[in-house]
Amino acid sequence: MSDIRSEIRNRKLVQFLKSLKSSKMGMIGAVILVFFLLLAVFGPIIYPYDPQVFGSGGEVMNPPSSEHPLGTDDMGRDVLGSLISGARVSLLIGVLATLISMVVGTVLGILAGYYDNKLGALIMRFTDFFLVIPWLPLMLVLAAILGTSVWNIILVIGLTGWAGTTRVVRAQTLSIKERPFIERAVAIGSDGKHIMVKHILPNVFPLVFANTILVSAVAILSETTLSFLGMGDPTRPSWGMMLHYAFESGAASIGAYWFFIPPGLAVVLVVLSFTFLGYAFDEILNPKLKGR
Amino acid sequence: MKRSYVIKKVLQALLTIAAILIFNYFLFRIMPGDPLQSVMRNPKATPEAVERLKALYGLNDPWYLQFWIYIKHLFQGDLGMSFLYKKPVYEVIGTRLLPTILMVGLAEVLAIISGIIMGIMAAVRRGKSVDVASLSFSLITYAMPTFWLGIILVSIFSVSLHLLPTTGLLTPGQTYSSTFAMLADGIRHLILPTLTMSLVLIGEYALLMRNTLIDVLTEDYITTAYAKGFKEDYVIKKHAVPNATLPMITIIAMNLGLVIGGAIQVETIFSWPGIGRLMYDALTARDYPLLQGIFLMITVCVIIANLLADLTYGYLDPRVKQ
Amino acid sequence: MELLEVRNLKTYFKTQKGMVKAVDDVSCSLSYGKVLGLVGESGCGKTTTALSIANLLPPEGRIVGGEVLLEGEDLMGLSAGKLRKKRWKEVSIVFQGAMNALNPVMKVGLQIAEVLMLHDKLTYEQAMIRTKELFKLVEIDEERVNQYPHEFSGGMKQRAMIAMALACNPKIIIGDEPTTALDVMVQAQILNLLEKLKNEINMGLILITHDLSVLGEICDDVAVMYAGKIVEKGKVEDIFENHQHPYTYKLMNAFPNIYGERKLSDSIPGNPPNLLEPPSGCRFHPRCEFADERCKTKEPMLAEVGHRHFAACHYGGVFK
Repeated sequence: MSDIRSEIRNRKLVQFLKSLKSSKMGMIGAVILVFFLLLAVFGPIIYPYDPQVFGSGGEVMNPPSSEHPLGTDDMGRDVLGSLISGARVSLLIGVLATLISMVVGTVLGILAGYYDNKLGALIMRFTDFFLVIPWLPLMLVLAAILGTSVWNIILVIGLTGWAGTTRVVRAQTLSIKERPFIERAVAIGSDGKHIMVKHILPNVFPLVFANTILVSAVAILSETTLSFLGMGDPTRPSWGMMLHYAFESGAASIGAYWFFIPPGLAVVLVVLSFTFLGYAFDEILNPKLKGR
Repeated sequence: MKRSYVIKKVLQALLTIAAILIFNYFLFRIMPGDPLQSVMRNPKATPEAVERLKALYGLNDPWYLQFWIYIKHLFQGDLGMSFLYKKPVYEVIGTRLLPTILMVGLAEVLAIISGIIMGIMAAVRRGKSVDVASLSFSLITYAMPTFWLGIILVSIFSVSLHLLPTTGLLTPGQTYSSTFAMLADGIRHLILPTLTMSLVLIGEYALLMRNTLIDVLTEDYITTAYAKGFKEDYVIKKHAVPNATLPMITIIAMNLGLVIGGAIQVETIFSWPGIGRLMYDALTARDYPLLQGIFLMITVCVIIANLLADLTYGYLDPRVKQ
Repeated sequence: MELLEVRNLKTYFKTQKGMVKAVDDVSCSLSYGKVLGLVGESGCGKTTTALSIANLLPPEGRIVGGEVLLEGEDLMGLSAGKLRKKRWKEVSIVFQGAMNALNPVMKVGLQIAEVLMLHDKLTYEQAMIRTKELFKLVEIDEERVNQYPHEFSGGMKQRAMIAMALACNPKIIIGDEPTTALDVMVQAQILNLLEKLKNEINMGLILITHDLSVLGEICDDVAVMYAGKIVEKGKVEDIFENHQHPYTYKLMNAFPNIYGERKLSDSIPGNPPNLLEPPSGCRFHPRCEFADERCKTKEPMLAEVGHRHFAACHYGGVFK
């Protein structure tokens, strides 16, 4: 039986990828994202770079040249090198923070939906509370208290970004709970844990997946902003850290565009690619939107 | 408006504020970075001195007593002393409120008006070039970190074109021949931060207005309005837009938390002497009492804004009103 | 000259999957002071026919052929501006389930007054006076002009809708299921009201319904629609007692449900056809127990089977 189910799921996945291929926006998003993922994984191997090695005085804030295709920064470091090694840091933070948010959001959402009683109400109060607290100030305060390291940044972004997911997962769980196969499972004596893991989780999964894309975009933007505001890890500079250094060294006022344009553009492209993918998935999951 | 509705909303807001107070307390006292940490880490501080300080700040009292003192001080307006400014936190915050309200308020007004107009144009000409352009604008401004957009605008308008000043409220060291000249200088300083703030918001509001309006346009009463022989302009203006604007009120108020996030970035970039820049300075100096005070104030403001939005909605929507 | 003549009307909808022929070659007519009933299952094209008359289709719908003659003048040939002047002034509509047909954030009185100000060039004060008269006519307390739709009961909303439809003394009122979702008492009130008003001002009434009891009560003529086409039309007595098409036969003999209403939706076995790919030949043949080879291949035309009585069946009347 589970073989049949996984077979059906695989077939759905193939169908899904086919629909994605037919969506222009989805394809553009996927291509950009894959490019940056490859850059993050293989870039540092092909283009070695050490952020701890500073250039000499004459190499500071140099415009693009054949030696430094994107010029140098305020410490005389190669901007292209920082950009490539920053991709790894930024995307790693984005992916792991999103993972935390999705796990917390999905677990709380399913619990709140399945236990439609005091526990559920309590979780939802907690969720609403988190939704109302202004996001960036909360992250900044948490980061300031925990201290600046890559892991703390991941934790801070992950633990502040789950509330939206909880809401949608709960709503979906409530509707799944009304379907006959859950009643059947209850009737044959399955316990709550079994029903939540085996029956509800697979059914909220597409929704969780679609939400992951949106949360990823927010996570990348959050990382950039936190690092820019000085909460980043100086030992592992991300794109946000690069922008922080660019701002602190006054790159904009001396017209060192090669320093502040590339990392910002990279963030914009990655966030756009997630947004495009999100649109494409939305079209596939809710076909009636297509006519609009 | 129903009285029960008002009471319910006010109670909810008070409950949330109470939760915030508790949350804020534990955030700053129980977590590793308690207010004396910087003092206690000081190698020159003797154990006796640390104990004295602990006693002074009541850190040896049981937690519930500490909490009670914290609440009591809060209601007396006492948010502690700022490490950085060596002044009471409420005083430091007080001087920074006006610039933020001015800049954010102006940006909101600008963004609401242009966002709604853009959204209407996109919804009415759905799928046409206006719609595509406005959608692209929304997506791109969404994908841009606000501070980066600010940096780009500075490098265009200030650095390349020399049109506008980059930092502060007024040009430092300038003497003015008249109040008018000072006002003009202030306005020139206000343009770029306000523009940055509103550009991000316009895209968001336009997209929301567009989607809401498209939903409204499929409603039966819109068909009724056309069947009555009205022109499209009239149907949109008198029947569709009022129905689409109502949900916008809630969304704009809910958005205030994000707007404040934007203000922190914009004020940092432009050295705008408001709450956002103050938060950045407090962060950089790890001035915890100041940070806590700002965080508390921002959060309470957001909750109150949400409450006001709920009440306004209740007042404007006839379905809630009676 | 007839009040309204619809000739060979074709309305198609463009969808992602292809063209849906929602109304396919429909002709019918309406005289002064008469009631024409349009009947059929949901999705058979009744509402689309009604919306096509005043060209109120949603963006994906288009009238691709035919004529709609109002007192001899073809509405299809009119400019957008001229057509707008005719809407409501000459043809008004009482929409299906008036629940959403009224703007929820506009006072009901103003929703009626605005149409008087537009077409009859009344001032706001004059329009409100007339609106109060209309409220009295449909038996709603005139104090309620300043209330919002959500303060009205379902029946009151429907009556307000009728007041709105009557505002400019139109020549035709189209009632699209004007009594659906109302309880029987209110239903009777509203039908009586419509009939009384129709006689008073000699207007024509098109009544779209799937409730046969409503049909029998006030209609003069009936057109039965199936899958975008008229399969039988004639005087109400002919349709009820001397029907010639198997679909009409099934309609009329459908079992009354437990509430004593005779409704079609669930009473005829089989599903309405998919209009993206309608069945070949006679569109009813997959659900018709009398169908043979000829019905599968050749489409029957509407043929006169009695005085002003038409049916589209190869075996008109014989199947009984």
